[in-house]
Amino acid sequence: MPSRYGGGDQSGAAVTMAPPKDISRLRWDVIVVGGGNAALCAAIEAAEAGQRVLVLEGAPKAYRGGNSRHTRNFRCMHEGPLGPLVESYLEDEFYDDLLKVTAGRTDETLARLAIRSSAAALPWMEAHGVRFQRPLSGTLSLDRTNAFFLGGGKALVNAYYATAEDLGVTILYEAQVRHIGLDGRRFTHVEVEIGGERLRVEGRAAVLASGGFQSDIDWLARAWGEAARNFLIRGTPYNRGVVLKDMLDQGAESVGDPTQCHAVAIDGRAPKFDGGIVTRLDCVPFSVVVNRNAERFHDEGEDVWPKRYAIWGRLVAAEPDQVAYAIIDSRALPLFMPSVYPPVRADTLEALGAALGLDGARLAATVAAFNAACRPGEFRPQELDGLATEGLDPPKTNWARPIAEPPFYGYSLRPGVTFTYLGLKVDREARATGPEGPYDNLWVAGEMMAGSILGQGYLAGFGMTIGTVFGRLAGQGAAAYDG
Amino acid sequence: MTADPGPQAVLEEARRQVEICNACRYCEGYCAVFPAITRRTEFADGDLTQLANLCHNCRGCYYACQYTPPHEFALNLPRVLAELRQESWTRYAWPAGLAERFQNSGLAIALALAAALALGFWAVAALPGGGEGFYAALGHGAMLAIFTPTFLFPLVALGIGLSRFWRETGGHPVTLADLREAAAAATSLGNLSGGQGQGCNYEREERYSDARRWAHQATMYGFLLCFAATSAGTVLHYLFAWPAPYPWWAPPKLFGVPGGVLLVLGTAGLAWLKTRADRELGAPRAWGGEMAFVLMLGLTGLSGLALYAATGTGAVAALLAIHLGAVFTLFLLTPYSKMAHGAYRFAALVRDAQGKTRRQPLGEERRE
Repeated sequence: MPSRYGGGDQSGAAVTMAPPKDISRLRWDVIVVGGGNAALCAAIEAAEAGQRVLVLEGAPKAYRGGNSRHTRNFRCMHEGPLGPLVESYLEDEFYDDLLKVTAGRTDETLARLAIRSSAAALPWMEAHGVRFQRPLSGTLSLDRTNAFFLGGGKALVNAYYATAEDLGVTILYEAQVRHIGLDGRRFTHVEVEIGGERLRVEGRAAVLASGGFQSDIDWLARAWGEAARNFLIRGTPYNRGVVLKDMLDQGAESVGDPTQCHAVAIDGRAPKFDGGIVTRLDCVPFSVVVNRNAERFHDEGEDVWPKRYAIWGRLVAAEPDQVAYAIIDSRALPLFMPSVYPPVRADTLEALGAALGLDGARLAATVAAFNAACRPGEFRPQELDGLATEGLDPPKTNWARPIAEPPFYGYSLRPGVTFTYLGLKVDREARATGPEGPYDNLWVAGEMMAGSILGQGYLAGFGMTIGTVFGRLAGQGAAAYDG
Repeated sequence: MTADPGPQAVLEEARRQVEICNACRYCEGYCAVFPAITRRTEFADGDLTQLANLCHNCRGCYYACQYTPPHEFALNLPRVLAELRQESWTRYAWPAGLAERFQNSGLAIALALAAALALGFWAVAALPGGGEGFYAALGHGAMLAIFTPTFLFPLVALGIGLSRFWRETGGHPVTLADLREAAAAATSLGNLSGGQGQGCNYEREERYSDARRWAHQATMYGFLLCFAATSAGTVLHYLFAWPAPYPWWAPPKLFGVPGGVLLVLGTAGLAWLKTRADRELGAPRAWGGEMAFVLMLGLTGLSGLALYAATGTGAVAALLAIHLGAVFTLFLLTPYSKMAHGAYRFAALVRDAQGKTRRQPLGEERRE
C-alpha cells in the first residue's frame, strides 16, 4: 500500500556486493539457503572460520529475515544471572517445560543439546550485535527464562546482516532457490532464480535454513484439509517450503507430523500474511466464545497455560467456516492488551450479534444462559479464580462473570498459523540425512528441522533457541568440511 | 514537495500508528515514548501531542519495525510524530502565524537574518559608540536598548506557548522530582541513546551511531556556555562595574570561548548528519527551516569567536554587526523556529515524569 509515511530506500531490489552473473562463476565455500536467524548464525560462523560465504535470501530486503523478524525473545538456560536474565533456569526445568508443551513429542538428545548450548549462545549473540532489553520488571516469570531482544526480532536480524556484511559475506535478496543438487551423499550445487534468470551455483558445502511450508496455502490445504484455506498466516509469505519439498522428493529423511501446523486464535480481520504480534487477541478468558451459529463450544476459562494461547487456534479451526467470536462487556475491556483492530461495539447483545453477522437473538440467548449459570464469588483476572459456571455445557471453569454491562464488544477469531512441523531429520551436528545415510556436506537449521525437537505445541522463545544453536553448529560443520 | 495533510489528518494518522504500536510493544526499550504508550489504551489528541514532543526522532523504532512499508500497516512513527510535533509548535506559537513561516522555510530564516544583519550594520554605523573594545563601535546603552526586548519578548512568547502545551496535555502542578527526572533525561539526552548508549539510527540507517547525540550535546552545552558568558558579562558590568572588554581569564571569556567552539563544532556536526539521514523519517516540510536554523546557530558561535579574534583590528565593527545580527535573529525567532523544541521537549519530559508515577502499564503479564 503506498503511503506518505513510507521510508526511503524500501524498494528492496536485489542489491548486493556482487552482480548475480558473477555469483555462478565463483565456487563458494559455503552456500546458505535462507536469510533468517538460523541462516545468519550459520553464515557468520562460517565466515569467521575464514570461508567464502554466499547467503541466498528469497525475500526482498524489506522483508528479509523470515519469521525471525516477528520474534521477540530467546529462551535460555542459565545457572545464575546471565545478561538480562535473572536467577537461574536449569536444564531439567527447561526440559520439563518442553515436555509439558510437546506432551513428550521431542527428540531428547537434540532437545537437551539445544537447551545446554543456549547458555553459551546468549553471549555469542551479544558479541555479534544482538542487544537484549533490560528486564522491565523483576517479578515476571519470563524475565527468568526468556531474554528479550531490544527492538524485537527485526532488530536482531538487522544486527546479524550488518555483522555478516562486515565479515565479507555476500548476500543476495529475492534469490529463490529452486533445487538442491545432490550426487549420492554429496551436495554439489544449488539452482537459484534471480531476476527471472535461473543460475547454477556451486559450493563446497551448504546450509539449508529456509523454513517450513506454511505460506504455501495449497500444500497446507492438502495436509490439513480444505479448511486450511481460511487460515491466516502470522508470519512471512516467503516460507513456501520449496527447498523442503525438493529435499523430500530427493529422499531426505523427514521428521515432524506432515499434517500439522502450530496455530493460535488471532483477530479475524488480520491480513492473510505477516500480521505478526499485533493481531493476537488475549480476551478469550474474559469472554464467551461462540461459533457462527452463536453457540458456545469450549470452556473459555480452562487452565491450559502455557497452551491457553495456542489451543484456541485448533478449536476455531474445527468450527464451521473456521471462525469464532469472542464476546465481552465493558468491564472486561481494560483487562487485556489491546488488539490492533478496535472491537465491534453495540449497546445490546442483539445489535452486537447483528453487527458481527450473527443471529442476534440467538447470541443474546446464549449469553443469557451463560449469565444464568454464573455464580457469586470474587472475580480475580490475574489468577485462576475458580469462579465457575454451574450446570452449563460446556462449562466455563474460571473467570465466569456475567456479561451484563453495556456496551458490549465482539472480536472475530480465526486460526493464525505460526509454523509447520514437517522438517528434515538432522543428527547432533545438524547434518541432514538422505536415503544413503547422512549427507557429507549438507546441514540444516532453524524451522526446517525444529520439528525434531518441537513435535507438538510451542514454547515461547524456543524457536530462536533452536535456530541459533543449530544455525551455529551447521555453520561450524560446513566450514570445517574439507572434502 | 509533500502536500500539507492538515492537522486533523496528522492526528488521525498518529493515532492509528500509536494504536498499532500499543498492540506490539517490541520497541519498549528504545526510549520514553513506548513506555508512555503502554500506560494508555486510548489516545486523546493531547496524549498524542505529548508523545510527539517526547519523541527525539532517534528512529530506532523505525528500523526495528516489522510493519514499515511495504507492509500494509505502513508504520513510520518517527515521521508522523515529527509532523505532529511541528504542527503543535505552530499551533502553540504566539502570536499565531509566525511559526508556520519560520519552521518550514529556510528562506524565511535567511531573510530574517539578512534583515537583522542590515539592522546590525545600521546600528553600528548610526548609533553612537562609546567605550573600549566593541563598545567603541556600538555603545552599551544602544546595545541594551536593542537586546532587552529581544531577550524578553521570546521568553514571554514561549511562556504562552508552553502554557498552551501544558493545558492540552493535561499537565499537573510540577514537583521538584518531576524537574529532576526531566533534567536528568535532558542533560544525558537518554532518549537519543537507543536505550543502552549505543546511539540512534540516524545517518547509518539500521546501524547504530552516537554521533548525533554528541553533536547535539556539543551544540546545547555550547549554547548554554555562550549564554552563561553573556550573563556573566551582565553581572560584571552592573554588580562589579567592570565593563567589557575582558581579558582571557575573566568569566565571560572562560565561558564564551569554549562555548563558541562547541557551538560551531556541534552545529557543523548536526548539519552534516542532517544531510546524511533519510528525510522521509522526519518532517520533510521542516527540513529547510531546521537546516537554516542549525546553520544560523553555528554562525552565532563563529561570529562571536571571530569578533574576539579580531580584537583591536579594523574588522571589529563589521564582525560586531554580523554577530549582533545573528544573535538578534536567533533570539527573536526562538518561539517560531527549531529553537522552540528545547522548551517543548523539556516540558514533555516533565509531563512524562508525572505520567510514570500516576499510571501503570496494562497487559504486561502476557508478553510472551
